[in-house]
Amino acid sequence: MMGRIIQNPVALGVIIIAALFILLNTIVIVPETRQGVVVQLGEPKRIVNRYQSGESFGATGAGLIAKIPFFEQIVWIDKRILDVEMEQQQVLSTDQLRLQVDAFARYRVTDPLRMYIAAGSEARVSDELRPILGSALRNELGKRPFAALLSPERGQVMDNIQAGLNRVARQYGAEIVDVRIKRADLPDGTPLESAYQRMRTARDQEARTIRAQGAKQAQIIRAEADASAARTYAESFGKDADFYDFYRAMKSYETTFQGGGPDDPQSSFVLSPDNEYLRQFRGN
Amino acid sequence: MDKNIDGEARRRSILGTIMNMAGPWGNNGDSGNDGGNGNGGGPRNPWGSPAGRPSGGGRKGASSLEELFKRGAGGGFGGGLPKRPGGRSWWPLIAIAFIVLWVLLTSIHRVSPQERGVVTFLGSYSRTMQPGLHFSLPTPLEQVTKLDVEDIRTIDIPEGEAEKLILTGDQNIVDLAYSVRWNIKAPELFLFQIAEPEETIMEVAEAAMRAAVANFTLDDTIGAQRTDIEQQVEQNMQQLLDGYGAGVVIRGIAIKKADPPAAVNDAFKEVSAAQQTAQTYLNEARAYAQQLTAQAQGESAAFDKVYEEYRLAPRVTRQRMYYETMERVLSKVDKTVIEARGITPYLALPELQKRAQQPAVTAVEPK
Repeated sequence: MMGRIIQNPVALGVIIIAALFILLNTIVIVPETRQGVVVQLGEPKRIVNRYQSGESFGATGAGLIAKIPFFEQIVWIDKRILDVEMEQQQVLSTDQLRLQVDAFARYRVTDPLRMYIAAGSEARVSDELRPILGSALRNELGKRPFAALLSPERGQVMDNIQAGLNRVARQYGAEIVDVRIKRADLPDGTPLESAYQRMRTARDQEARTIRAQGAKQAQIIRAEADASAARTYAESFGKDADFYDFYRAMKSYETTFQGGGPDDPQSSFVLSPDNEYLRQFRGN
Repeated sequence: MDKNIDGEARRRSILGTIMNMAGPWGNNGDSGNDGGNGNGGGPRNPWGSPAGRPSGGGRKGASSLEELFKRGAGGGFGGGLPKRPGGRSWWPLIAIAFIVLWVLLTSIHRVSPQERGVVTFLGSYSRTMQPGLHFSLPTPLEQVTKLDVEDIRTIDIPEGEAEKLILTGDQNIVDLAYSVRWNIKAPELFLFQIAEPEETIMEVAEAAMRAAVANFTLDDTIGAQRTDIEQQVEQNMQQLLDGYGAGVVIRGIAIKKADPPAAVNDAFKEVSAAQQTAQTYLNEARAYAQQLTAQAQGESAAFDKVYEEYRLAPRVTRQRMYYETMERVLSKVDKTVIEARGITPYLALPELQKRAQQPAVTAVEPK
């Protein structure tokens, strides 16, 4: 019988293939990025390559493992840090202002067995965590005034959210690595519009102030110039007030009466012979 | 002829066997439970067909296969390979060559200067290859993933020209566009630690940027303190990513745009317009001041000069100035000297007016 099979090439090929097949079903390569729950007929038996904090790659449970072919199956669970993306949440602050918050959480499956029993897959863990993250965020941020929401990293807010989320995550064999607020925006519509309006009016105020300040400065500069000119004049003319009177009068006459341009009507003078200018003319 | 038909039929039957076997195998891949049965159900497959074939069964398995191929070749292989000296087939040699080639291809690795090769031995991280020529075990045993660690990658947030509005510390809104430059620091961490490294970096960047901008006012964000924001974001991101063990180093954040949102841009332009206006006011005032001062200085200097001369001979100078001025004034105007005393003359003002206007009229007439 044996001899016949060996002699029969097709039978031999089939046997080799079947052996390979069984071998592949027995030994399993566990990569660094996965941990696995070995399930025997639906009943979890053991965990391979379980995440341990502080382990270094190369010294993990990754590598070759053996299992009973066909009876034992491996349910793969991601070992890496996974993320939960939350839908945008509207948060109402204590001073009744609304904020649109977008957050994410990073988690890692630390207890694959619990996770397999409670959730079954990573996607379901994310699905379960998503609403919890939303409500934790709403609850925690809703206790604070708007100004504090802008920088929730200060203080306890994020820690509280993470702790709240972690309590739930642990039920699914996961551990929250980090919770972060990605965006915090004013909701579209009235809140955003009124913020714009506030910004506009603030800028308007600034613009007016700048103009007024400019005008003020300009006025001061002019006044100072006037004053300094007056001082210069006074210093000079004050040396002899009488002569200044005469000097200035002469200049003034010249400017006032010296018309004669094409557009400037000529002045007419009616002089009395008693005029000082005509003193010599009178001949006495 | 008969031989060929025989070969053809046999090939078909083998094909049929393989195809039949594929059925139970497909299930086995998913669940081992059925697999056991499937294997046990082997006899269902048409084993009998090859067993019951005529002659040729007496030869060794390998050469039977050869023969099979040779016969098949007669039907459709187009002649097949010539026999090697000694009458044996080329097939074993080809198989060996293939295996050698496979081993060579999968166990020699040239790692370029900008790359690192992460080696896993049966799934488990073994070592990281530095640049150069390296050897590993052939592929199913050891696998090498090469990563470019020098390439500085850039993530632009937001992608495209969209507006990215962020609330500032003074509850204003700024439209920000920035890019994150990063590269891989520890390739094995990068591969094994985080499910979606790039997305993680992007999200961390957004979170860090939002947190940083919330510490600054709008004016600071738009203006002088961009660099501070960039530095804060960079530090914050690096800290977070190191906390994840991402194996990534942030090279820099560059804020490409920090503008007020388009909806309020006009108001902001109004401010710079106001600054220009204010500057205009100041310039005009300064010009006026310069002019006035110069004028005052000029006039007083002129007075001083004249006064100096005047002091030397007050009476003469005064009279000279008087007469000279009168001369200049009176020489160009109409003069009427009324000598008679006690007579109130009729002053024909309208007449004078008319005369005064005449030059203008004569100036027009020649035309």
